[in-house]
Amino acid sequence: MTDQWSVAGRSFTSRLIVGTGKYQDFEQNAAAVAASGAEIVTVAVRRVNVTDPNAPMLTDYIDPKKITYLPNTAGCFNADDAIRTLRLAREAGGWDLVKLEVLGEAKTLYPNMRETLEATEVLAKEGFLPMVYCVDDPIAAKQLEDAGAVAVMPLGAPIGSGLGIQNRVTIRLIVEGASVPVLVDAGVGTASDAAVAMELGCDGVLMNTAIAEAKDPIRMARAMRLAVEGGRDAYLAGRMGQRRYADPSSPLAGLI
Amino acid sequence: MISIVLNGEPRQVREGSIADLVASLGLDVKKVAVERNRDIVARSTLADVMLVDGDALEIVHFVGGGC
Repeated sequence: MTDQWSVAGRSFTSRLIVGTGKYQDFEQNAAAVAASGAEIVTVAVRRVNVTDPNAPMLTDYIDPKKITYLPNTAGCFNADDAIRTLRLAREAGGWDLVKLEVLGEAKTLYPNMRETLEATEVLAKEGFLPMVYCVDDPIAAKQLEDAGAVAVMPLGAPIGSGLGIQNRVTIRLIVEGASVPVLVDAGVGTASDAAVAMELGCDGVLMNTAIAEAKDPIRMARAMRLAVEGGRDAYLAGRMGQRRYADPSSPLAGLI
Repeated sequence: MISIVLNGEPRQVREGSIADLVASLGLDVKKVAVERNRDIVARSTLADVMLVDGDALEIVHFVGGGC
């Protein structure tokens, strides 16, 4: 039973997107990506180290021909920097599917939605396919969609916080209103959080720190794969209704 | 020699194309992207674009990163 999702016309089987930051080394990172089953990884765009050009590179360990690289503008605090970064990313990688993230402040890493909307419009006009990190606001999500976002990615809690999905109501509202894929981006701390995001009907989950900072990142990557699959299945299966009080599972008739 | 700003640092380099500079830095031209004075330089044209005194270049590549 295949259950694929697609973004901007590209289909994927795995609904888990993983970051490539904060790992001990490239070997651990590559092993975690393999264990997660992810078909997309986020990557950052940074200045090359001109004093040590032979330093190992991410592309030596995670093959961009097998795993889709999703260039990310993490660290950009205005639309202009984010747009410049993605133009460079498109030139470096040769692909248009990108992740836009324009941050508002260092303390919360909340997105600056005014700059995010502006950047989305510019990028869409330039032919980019932006997947956009955003606040958990159903109206903002629709505005991003109108501006050309190919996916909206609300936070479940602040980036790197591991607090879990703190906003189930608004995530569900975004899912109900969106006509592009919705992925929870940020906030997941452990496997059950990923399952919650999927049970809310999200198309996928993006995470980095929850895997990279686990005691055993490779095992946590596997746990996240299973949780995303489990949560998705639970969503499709349709959960039972909730009751205030007990309801016995065994027949009452025929009791001795 | 001419003076340019490379990844935010002033630097003296030999005259020539951007491709020459990238090669002289020991970088693989297929793994980097170049911005010159805030405009993208298409990879296919790196050998044709000559460096000019005062140019500001950014040479970037993909590194690990998350959300």
